[in-house]
Amino acid sequence: MEFLTILINGLSIGGIYAMIALGYTMVYGIAKMLNFAHGDIIMIAGYTIVLFFPVNPIVGIVAAIVFCAIAGIVIEKVAYKPLRGASPLAVLITAIGVSKLLQSAALIYSKGAIKGVPITTLGAIELFGGNLKIDVITLITIVCSVAIMVALTMFIKRSKTGRAMVAVSEDKGAAQLMGINVNKIITITFIIGSALAAVAGALMIFKPQGVEPTFGAMPGIKAFAAAVIGGIGSIPGAMVGGIVLGFIEAIFGATPLRDYVDAIEFAILIIVLLVKPTGILGKKRREKV
Amino acid sequence: MMRRFTKNYLNYTIITLVMVVFAIMALATPMKDSTAFLFQKITVAVILAVSLNFVVGFLGELSLGHAGFMSIGAYLGGKLSLVIITAFGLENNNILVLIVALIVGALCAAACGVVVGFAALRLRGDYLAIVTLAFGEIVRVIFTNSSDSSFGGALGLKSPSFSKREMYILAIIGFLLILFTLFVIQNLLKSKTGRAITAIRDNEIAAKAMGIDVTKHKLMVFVIAAAFAGIAGVLFSYSKPLVEAKSFGYNYSIEILIIVVLGGIGSINGSIISATLITILNEKLTVYMTGDNAVYKDLFYAIILVLVVIYNNAPGLKNFREKYNFKNLFAKIFKPKHDPSKIKDDAAKWDVVPTKIQMDEVLSTDMVIDNTGDNNADIGERGGNK
Repeated sequence: MEFLTILINGLSIGGIYAMIALGYTMVYGIAKMLNFAHGDIIMIAGYTIVLFFPVNPIVGIVAAIVFCAIAGIVIEKVAYKPLRGASPLAVLITAIGVSKLLQSAALIYSKGAIKGVPITTLGAIELFGGNLKIDVITLITIVCSVAIMVALTMFIKRSKTGRAMVAVSEDKGAAQLMGINVNKIITITFIIGSALAAVAGALMIFKPQGVEPTFGAMPGIKAFAAAVIGGIGSIPGAMVGGIVLGFIEAIFGATPLRDYVDAIEFAILIIVLLVKPTGILGKKRREKV
Repeated sequence: MMRRFTKNYLNYTIITLVMVVFAIMALATPMKDSTAFLFQKITVAVILAVSLNFVVGFLGELSLGHAGFMSIGAYLGGKLSLVIITAFGLENNNILVLIVALIVGALCAAACGVVVGFAALRLRGDYLAIVTLAFGEIVRVIFTNSSDSSFGGALGLKSPSFSKREMYILAIIGFLLILFTLFVIQNLLKSKTGRAITAIRDNEIAAKAMGIDVTKHKLMVFVIAAAFAGIAGVLFSYSKPLVEAKSFGYNYSIEILIIVVLGGIGSINGSIISATLITILNEKLTVYMTGDNAVYKDLFYAIILVLVVIYNNAPGLKNFREKYNFKNLFAKIFKPKHDPSKIKDDAAKWDVVPTKIQMDEVLSTDMVIDNTGDNNADIGERGGNK
């Protein structure tokens, strides 16, 4: 039974990481930059949901998705677009600056108080005569993340926009010559990534600790680790990496090492990067002189 | 001569002067504790900023784990001093113990620098940044969860520290360590090694092709930067009765990075100035901006950081940047009369850089030594006629 609990927990944690990691990996694949502010989009989603929750939870989630998509567009246009073609170091530092900006803006908005939604649990289902207890939110998370991953894969493979995204990530110049509006594709990528982060934020909010300015920072960094472990730039890779990280967290969370879970995850990230820098499903890129 | 002096020794001179003035003021008149503490904070910030700039500005790699190296220095140096002091029954402010702690802290941090340096050999850019970030977080988690008897766990390590009365001694030691940091890093940068490091930054493959040992130099940069961060950490631990792991988080690394970026990536003196100004500004702002207002400070720094990086790097702003910058502003203020003929002369010389053929012709036919006119212009005219 314990094994089943770990399996389900791992899937649900991994599903959330995978959703956030998808945003990282898509932006990395298409804009070739590490969007450090992605984790803070989750925080924006958290605050939006808390704000609209008294009206209607569903309205809150929809508002969070819309609001995060807008935030994604604004960040891309204001901070990242002027730096397209600049050195990667400059882009990375700007992204860190944007992340810091969002966190301090959130601190000003919240005045340091931790805000939460009125309900912290959606109840639990008991199976096998009470031996196995699963939270409803865990199940919703698993269903949601699987549905989103399937939908996203279909979108990338079947739709014209999705294929254009693949084309831009393969070769920006050639894609432009084929009549693809690269700027538009980059904006769409940011919208999708931010919307996924908003969904992840909505699934993470039903927890006692509530929303604070650093709500998305740690999940964001871990999801980035997941994206790298799976192979950054690869969409199936982000899903695999997210699930792997989720299982690691669930397995070590059930052992006496649970206080060290963060350290173990980061150590695994470093080992993966050292042994196979392209990740599990990443493509190897030759460097040309 | 004067120019060489200002280029090479100006920062040493200014820091020594500040240190001497500070020492006289602290000894002659009773200085406010907060002033001495502020100076001590500045010295820590300067050492951190200069050592981080060594990695970011000269090796061209982003390190987000500088606070992690610092915490290793702070914890191990602090713990060692605690052990020595309790074993021999010494005073808390024993300078010899501090020196031993500084050396051990630097060595331990340097050892961790080797580990991160090995990662730097295989990875670059974003990946390396994330590895350094992960390293900093691992260190923080380990120290947070350590047992009470080893490193104090979440409550923090009660390390020996200087009392507020004696904080000025620590500040003077800090000034001496800044001079040491500058001595090591500036001399290294001026040497063959420094040129090799900047060559790796500009083009790693080309540097490798020129026979530069990339492995050695990259490791060296990370080890040296980590060692100085460790030194800063030991200084930090001696300024506080309690060393807490949570103060060395990812955010602290970012704060150091902000200092480096605002001072100018790749400018040592810029880092010194910006570390000083930002530390003073932080201190003054925390006095005036209390409570809810205190957070506006972080927002302000974040906005400035983004604007500075965009201004300095955006390809679309190239013309704007060339028109409006500090150099032009200073030129306008200090040299109002500019001599157009001088610039033209210089430009003319570049136009007529003699090709090899012209040079050969000149050498074979015109061996007349021209004492009257400018030789270069002469070559140009002849080349132009043919």
